[in-house]
Amino acid sequence: MSAPVSAVRHTGEFFAFCLDTLRGLGRRPVQVREFVQQAWFISSVSILPAALVSIPFGAVIALQLGSLVRQLGAQSFTGAASVLAVVREAGPIVTALIIAGAGGSAICADLGARKIREELDAMQVLGIDPIHRLVVPRVLASMLVAVLLNGLVSVVGVTGGYAFNVVLQGGTPGAYLASFQALGQLPDLLVGEVKALLFGAAAALVASHQGMTAKGGPKGVGDAVNRSVVITFMLLFALNFVVTAVYFQVVPQKGS
Amino acid sequence: MGVEVAVRGLTKSFGGHPVWSDLTLTLPAGEISVLLGPSGTGKSVFLKTLVGLLRPDRGSVVIEGRDLPKLSERELYEVRKLFGVLFQDGALFGSMTIYDNVAFPLREHTRRSESEIRAVVTEKLEMVGLVGAEHKLPGEISGGMRKRAGLARALVLDPQIILFDEPDSGLDPVRTAYLNQLIVDLNQRTGATFLIVTHDINTARTVPDNIGLIYHGHLAMFGPREMLLSSTEPVVRQFLNAQRIGPIGMAEEKDAEELAAEAQAGVELPPLPPIPLQLPPSDGRPRRAERPPGQWCRENGVTPPPGSFEGRWAPEPSEVVR
Repeated sequence: MSAPVSAVRHTGEFFAFCLDTLRGLGRRPVQVREFVQQAWFISSVSILPAALVSIPFGAVIALQLGSLVRQLGAQSFTGAASVLAVVREAGPIVTALIIAGAGGSAICADLGARKIREELDAMQVLGIDPIHRLVVPRVLASMLVAVLLNGLVSVVGVTGGYAFNVVLQGGTPGAYLASFQALGQLPDLLVGEVKALLFGAAAALVASHQGMTAKGGPKGVGDAVNRSVVITFMLLFALNFVVTAVYFQVVPQKGS
Repeated sequence: MGVEVAVRGLTKSFGGHPVWSDLTLTLPAGEISVLLGPSGTGKSVFLKTLVGLLRPDRGSVVIEGRDLPKLSERELYEVRKLFGVLFQDGALFGSMTIYDNVAFPLREHTRRSESEIRAVVTEKLEMVGLVGAEHKLPGEISGGMRKRAGLARALVLDPQIILFDEPDSGLDPVRTAYLNQLIVDLNQRTGATFLIVTHDINTARTVPDNIGLIYHGHLAMFGPREMLLSSTEPVVRQFLNAQRIGPIGMAEEKDAEELAAEAQAGVELPPLPPIPLQLPPSDGRPRRAERPPGQWCRENGVTPPPGSFEGRWAPEPSEVVR
C-alpha cells in the first residue's frame, strides 16, 4: 500500500473510532467506577507537572512584557496582558501538553499492553465492548480533568506572573490587579475551558486509538505511545488555531 | 448441550496474502475436535474468525442458524455469549485478582448478587483446581495456573462452544496431561462443543473425537480421529507421526525437487504406529459423544495398524518421536 493511501486509511479508521466512541457515550450502563478511577489517575499524574510548568510560564510572559511595556510607558497594562496571554492561550496549551504527555501516554501504554496480551480480544469474546467499557470512561475522565486542570493552570500562571511582576520587576500590585478587566473578559475564560475540553477529548481519543491498534509485541506498544504523543501534539496545535480563529470572529474584543 | 458450528468456504487474507482459503468443516455438537497444522498456518486466525474477532473475506460460519460474518457488531456480542475461549496465555486482566477475573463476566452480564457470584466462581475455580489462589494477581502465578484461571473465566457463563488456543504451549508434560484430562472431564460434564488448536501430537492422538489438519493454506483433512490416525495420506501421516519424511519441510512445504530426490533415494516411510485408546473421563463413565474404539475402522473397512486400541491410552514416546 502506498504511503498516501495508508495515511488516508488511518485517518478514516480514527474517525470511525471517534464515531464508535460517540455512540458508546449513550450506551447503558454508564461505567462510573472506571470513570472515577481514570479521572483520579489522570489528575494524579498531571496536577504537579501542570503547576510546575505554569509558574515559569507566567513568569516568562511577565518578563517579556515587563521591559517592553516600560519603554512604551504602559506599565499599568502589564496585568491585563499577562491575564490575556495566560488565560486565553498558555492555559489550554499547557493543559493539553500535560494531558497528552502524562495522561495520554499512560492511557496508550495501558490499552496497548492489554491489546498485545489479548486482553481486549478476551473482553470482546466475553461479550463486552472495550470501547464502551474502557475508552468512553477514559475520554470523559480526560475531558473533565483537562477542564479542571485549565482552571488550575490559569490561577497558578496568573499568580506566578503577579509575583514576578510585583516582587522582581517592582510593579505596583494595585495596577496589576486593576488592569485585569482592561482587556480580558469572561468569554476569554470560557473559550479557554472549551479549548481544554476539546484538547482533553482529542488527547484521550488519539491515545486510545493508538493503544487499541498496537501490534507487534512490546516494541509495538512503545511505538504506539510515541506515535500517540506526536499525533496529539500536532492535532492540538491545529485545533487551537481553528478555535482561536473562530473565537475572534464570533466574540467582539474589548477595546476594538 | 453443545451447538454445531458449520464452516463453509471460509477464506481469509491479510494485505493480499491468503492465510487459508475455502475451509469447509463442521464441528459436531458436543464433540471434541482438534485442529492441527504446522506453525504459521493461521490456526489462531481461524479461531479468531470463528468468534467474529476477524472478518473473513468470504464464506460463512453458521451457529444456531445465524451466519457470523453477516451479523452486526451488536448481534455479534450476543452470539459471543455462546462461546468460551481460552487464549494462549490465559489473557487474564492484569489489574484484577483471579477471583475478580473469573467473576468479571458475571458482574458485567448478569444481575446476580455477590453471594450468588461467589458460589459460581468458587465452583469453577474448584473445577480447575485453583482454590486458594483467588486473591493473587495474574502476574504472581505460574503459566499453567494462568491457563487454568483463563479456563475458569471462559466457563463461567456456561458456554455451548469452548475454544482452546494452544492449551499445551509452554506447559510441562505432566501439566499438559492434567489439562488434557480436565478437557475430557469438562466435555463429559458440560456436553459443550470443543475445539482445540494445538501442536502437541500426543494431545491430538488421544483427546479428540475429530481431527483436522491445516496445511499449505487449506484444510488437508477433517474427520473422525481414527480416520486420520489410520490415514496414509502423506501430509497427514507425516504430521501426526512427527516425521521428517513427507511434503512438509523446515521452512514451508518442500519443493518438487526435494520430494523427487526423497522418492529416488528410496526412503521408506516407517509403518504407522498403533492407534492409541482415547483418553477416558476420570470418573470412568462415558462421554455422550464417545464412540467405541475401532468402530470407525470397522465400519469403513480400514485395518488399523497392528497393536491398536490395546489397553493403554498413551503411546510410548518412541512411537511418536521418530
